[in-house]
Amino acid sequence: MQSFIQPVIDRYGTSSDQLLPILRDIQSEFQHIPAEAIECVALSLDIPRTQIISVIEFYSFLHSTPQGKYALLVSDSITDHMLGKQDLMSYMASQLKVSIGELRTDGLVSLNNTSCSGMCDQGPAGLVNGYALTNLDRPRIDAIVKLIEQNIPVQQWPSEFFMVKDNIYLPGLLLQDPIAPGDALKARFQKGLQQTLTEIDVSGLRGRGGAGFKTAMKWRFCSEEIETERYVVCNADEGEPGTFKDRVLLNTYAHQVFEGMTLCASIIGAEQGFLYLRGEYLHLYDKLQNILQQRRHSGLLGNNILEQGLNFDIEIRMGCGAYICGEESALIESLEGKRGIPRNRPPYPVSQGYLNKPTVVNNVETFFAASKIALEGGQWFADVGTKQSQGTKILSISGDCTKPGIYEYPFGTSIKQVLHDCGAASDILGIQIGGPSGTFIAENEVHRTLAFEDLATGGSFIIFNQSRNILDIVKNFTHFFAHESCGFCTPCRVGTLLLKKQLDKITEGYGSAGDVAALEELCQLVKNLSHCGLGQTAANPILSTLERYPESYQQRLKKISYEPGFDLDASLETARRLANRNDAGAHLAQVEED
Amino acid sequence: MSKTITIDGKEIPYEDGQTIMDAAIAADIYIPHLCHDPDYEPHGSCKLCTVNVNGRNCSACTFPALEGQNIINQSADLEQDRKRITQMLFVEGNHFCPSCEKTGDCQLQGVAYYLDMHDNHFPHFFANREMDASHPDILIDHNRCIFCNLCVRASQEKDHKNVFAISGRGMNKHLIVNSITGKLKDSNIHINDHAAHICPTGAILIKRTGYKVPIGERTYDKQKIDAVALAKENKHHGR
Ligand SMILES: Cc1cc2nc3c(=O)[nH]c(=O)nc-3n(C[C@H](O)[C@H](O)[C@H](O)COP(=O)(O)O)c2cc1C
Ligand code: SF4
Ligand code: SF4
Ligand code: FES
Repeated sequence: MQSFIQPVIDRYGTSSDQLLPILRDIQSEFQHIPAEAIECVALSLDIPRTQIISVIEFYSFLHSTPQGKYALLVSDSITDHMLGKQDLMSYMASQLKVSIGELRTDGLVSLNNTSCSGMCDQGPAGLVNGYALTNLDRPRIDAIVKLIEQNIPVQQWPSEFFMVKDNIYLPGLLLQDPIAPGDALKARFQKGLQQTLTEIDVSGLRGRGGAGFKTAMKWRFCSEEIETERYVVCNADEGEPGTFKDRVLLNTYAHQVFEGMTLCASIIGAEQGFLYLRGEYLHLYDKLQNILQQRRHSGLLGNNILEQGLNFDIEIRMGCGAYICGEESALIESLEGKRGIPRNRPPYPVSQGYLNKPTVVNNVETFFAASKIALEGGQWFADVGTKQSQGTKILSISGDCTKPGIYEYPFGTSIKQVLHDCGAASDILGIQIGGPSGTFIAENEVHRTLAFEDLATGGSFIIFNQSRNILDIVKNFTHFFAHESCGFCTPCRVGTLLLKKQLDKITEGYGSAGDVAALEELCQLVKNLSHCGLGQTAANPILSTLERYPESYQQRLKKISYEPGFDLDASLETARRLANRNDAGAHLAQVEED
Repeated sequence: MSKTITIDGKEIPYEDGQTIMDAAIAADIYIPHLCHDPDYEPHGSCKLCTVNVNGRNCSACTFPALEGQNIINQSADLEQDRKRITQMLFVEGNHFCPSCEKTGDCQLQGVAYYLDMHDNHFPHFFANREMDASHPDILIDHNRCIFCNLCVRASQEKDHKNVFAISGRGMNKHLIVNSITGKLKDSNIHINDHAAHICPTGAILIKRTGYKVPIGERTYDKQKIDAVALAKENKHHGR
């Protein structure tokens, strides 16, 4: 063990903020983090073993018990469900002779679910040993089963299994002609610091991660902090189900994203940046490392950038499977080698972020847009869009349409236009805008527009046609939040699970009118009292559908005068088994009065 | 002139660096809380101290007091919300008060009395949590842990030991002990550690002391939690 771990430690150093990368390497060698490894790492990094255990038990992709030599995960996003995920997964389980959630007795393979893997435009999708598998179907699964049984290393599997497409259907202002590496920085040095910041301000650019905070203001606040050690963080956690535009930006426009980060560094005075890349995008890691290396070679990163005295470099840090790590302060905790628990605010990251130093955290798309604005000028961008939402927004479109993929629109575009462009049929049930944490709108709201003034979005756009069931959709989203709650605060930790139980009670047909009222009360509580954005939005799917489709809930309610909260007969199952009888007298009828 | 904030219409002074909770305690105003103890770094996780500050909900224990704040602490809505949060804590663990050694001295129970909580409202989780009775002097009944993090903070900040940590995510959250076996007996905790005495519930208990004070004569049998908390926490600050 020591002989494997020592070189890993030598590679990353003994600072405790390197805990996640170290654990990732150990996990990929041993398919879990053995107890002995925990002791070794605790000693080397001089941290309590409890910090390591708590980190392992927090992240979905770290395990304290062995996973298969081939660890298969299948994405549980609603879009994967719509593409037949459940059938496929049962098929996979039967072909591999392994139960879902388990390790096969020979240790060769394990199979489990994972939250949305960011491949909603090419699902059903999965991961094998961390690498994305797209377009799963029965023939592909048959081939995978064969490869596994023959013990063929994943590196030798056919490359088309791992093909991740960009699917860009409508490039706009930003996607259509990316800048040449270095151009934004040259423009920045030519115009000077103040002028560049003014251009960003004039552009009206607001954060593309969802909350929409003005980017120029964030950069200015950070630069004005007295503390001079500052950091730039690019949030590539992209965990919101239905979002995958950051994946495409990093796959094809990485230079420009890195340039945006460097631009920010030059304005706020940072020497170190991080790209926090979600674990599901491991397939991009080597490619991005190469691009960083190229940029160092061409003087766009490292010491004395463009001979202007700017020192800045970027390190890539991989996430380990936790949606909450997209929340900026949880992301910072994760960068510091801890569990991703959102911090108390204030202080905000711009004044006390990474290592409690001033830190700018921005979305991938924000940096991408900022670099082009630095080159083209603020007005160029501000001329497009609406009054409070300037410029364009990149959407990740998936669900019931013929061309799922990436689209770039000026803010202010109507939902109707979007539906038309991506080939959505006319029998629309509704559209989830901004992912589960956003808003579910009904078919009669398609005149509404994409804009912070109307429907704000981080980019997720999922379309549902009339064949879909509202409650199935809401159930998927509600289960997602319960699974992803970090558990820090009571209203979210307990509340999201209560929401799940209460919703399941209703969807399974055991609810009464009072249960819907209780569900709504619970929604308000979780929304109003939770500590961070996850809890504050976790009830949105229920609230927005209760408002629009009350009848879908009503239809599932029991129509009886007394209202039992559970199935009386089913609850006697254990007693029947113990008494070893199953005759009619051992059963209870649940009387219904109509 | 000193700076002031307003809580439920009453103007009270505060100093820079104080949280709303600090200022309230100093002014003898009780804001219900479980994860907070003025001797430790604020945590902000139980959310019982939620108050409404100029229209927004905030945790009083972590939110700084600032000029111009108009704070609502007592309202029908907030009391209902706090009752619901307390009920959540009850159904999440397994709290059989009559059989608990801490009954009458337990802050969770004290808060429940204070909030007029008569039932658990929500369906129980019936979590399967184990007990750690391995240590000769100290017992952990995980069924009663509410993840307030006070034992973690006490062990780190006062005992300089790191005996406890919170692990897991979401509903799988649980308390772990820093020893090779994970058992308390193999850790370096000592009966005189602050961490062994800070637990607001009956999760960490000192063995063979449970019934020294009879039931009926215990802290919250005699006094409401607001009076107890204010007396204790104010004294701490030497006011
Ligand atoms: C639960 C949760 C998840 C989030 N996930 C992401 C994410 O994956 N990517 C992202 O850029 N922002 C995410 N955010 C928003 C970030 O906290 C933060 O506002 C954003 O990164 C700031 O960048 P921007 O100003 O460029 O939007 C998330 C927020 C919450 C509450
Ligand atoms: S709201 Fe949920 S995710 Fe956010 S801190 Fe609370 S428990 Fe964690
Ligand atoms: S054991 Fe007690 S003090 Fe420690 S976290 Fe649980 S409830 Fe709080
Ligand atoms: S006392 Fe403030 S959140 Fe617990």
